[in-house]
Amino acid sequence: MKCRKCGAKAAIHMPQHRLALCKDHFLEWVPEQTERFIRKYNMFRREERILVAVSGGKDSLSLWDILWRLGYQADGLYIALGIDEGIRYSAESQRLAEQFAAERGLKLHIVDVERETGFPIPVLARKTLRGQGKPCAVCGLVKRHEMNRIARDLGYDVLATGHNLDDEVAVLFGNTLNWSVEYLLRQGPVLPEEPGLARKVKPLCRFYEREMTAYALLRGIEYIYEECPFAVGSTSIAYKELLNRLENERPGAKLSFYLSFLEARQRSLFREPQEVRQALHLCPSCGQPTSAPGLCSFCRLVSRVKSSPSQTITIPDLENKGEENLSLS
Amino acid sequence: MVKSFPMTAKLILRNREYEVKSGQTLRSALKEAGILPESVIATRQGEMITEDEMVREGDVIKLIAVISGGIEEGR
Repeated sequence: MKCRKCGAKAAIHMPQHRLALCKDHFLEWVPEQTERFIRKYNMFRREERILVAVSGGKDSLSLWDILWRLGYQADGLYIALGIDEGIRYSAESQRLAEQFAAERGLKLHIVDVERETGFPIPVLARKTLRGQGKPCAVCGLVKRHEMNRIARDLGYDVLATGHNLDDEVAVLFGNTLNWSVEYLLRQGPVLPEEPGLARKVKPLCRFYEREMTAYALLRGIEYIYEECPFAVGSTSIAYKELLNRLENERPGAKLSFYLSFLEARQRSLFREPQEVRQALHLCPSCGQPTSAPGLCSFCRLVSRVKSSPSQTITIPDLENKGEENLSLS
Repeated sequence: MVKSFPMTAKLILRNREYEVKSGQTLRSALKEAGILPESVIATRQGEMITEDEMVREGDVIKLIAVISGGIEEGR
């Protein structure tokens, strides 16, 4: 197979685009497309300051690399979750994020969950019943809270995450299976800024996961290859595998599913009745918005865990922001 | 008596080895091993290769899994 642009041997074939490219042209194509999506969805402007949430994985590091190459003012945020599980998962992820930043002279903020809450994620999760034995729910809650806190406290205009199309389609698939209209309403490339909530954007939302892996490999980005030990057997991975089987039979199916959804949303297919829209309250402890009066879910989690360190406690999920719940990368 | 050896190549994915017939395309070899092309990137001698490449006898093709991510269960 030959590169469509120069005729050299292709490094990657993307059947959904009927496009094959060599290494050099693929490495040009990805940033060009990213720029196109940034503009198409009005994600941010040149003069705005961007905080990129990096996990040490291929997607978030590639996103940071691309934004840096495109000349955007993009700093990184790494949230140290304290996941070890015998493979030093968090320690290695942090090392890779720090190495990436140092090699390019970029600024990386690091937030340590244990320092902020008193416990690493697996312990926080064990101390609550949220997530039914899996720490993913607590992890998502803590990451969302901390990402928003840092973005606001440090005056960033926008928070960028490395969600790729496969991430988005897996969430869309799950939300469609359950007809979770409240989540469908808020899924998209941009989650606009609201009082107390930073704008969130997903510049890689139209790239297949395979393309982002290829980008990281061809660009020589060292990323954490091992999956988060707690993600093994997760619903999102099962959905991704299912959708890849569909893609294999019908190239372009994932992209079409996502783009058709965005179009339907644009046409107000999932219009929210005015009366359903909940008024947001401000958490008296951290000042971030919450759907119920009183402490937000994060502050309730931290205060209860700190006040009863030896007990298992239940934190009901009162907040519902309708955003995706995948990991940072 | 001449002993014949099958013409084979090896695919490696996450420390697991799959022996496949050589002389077929990578796409066919992946199918033989039950691996979806969409879920991997294939490299041979450190270079990425496309699914139409022929798998040669003795090839060792390293497959890099592309799927990552966890989700909050039940959300």
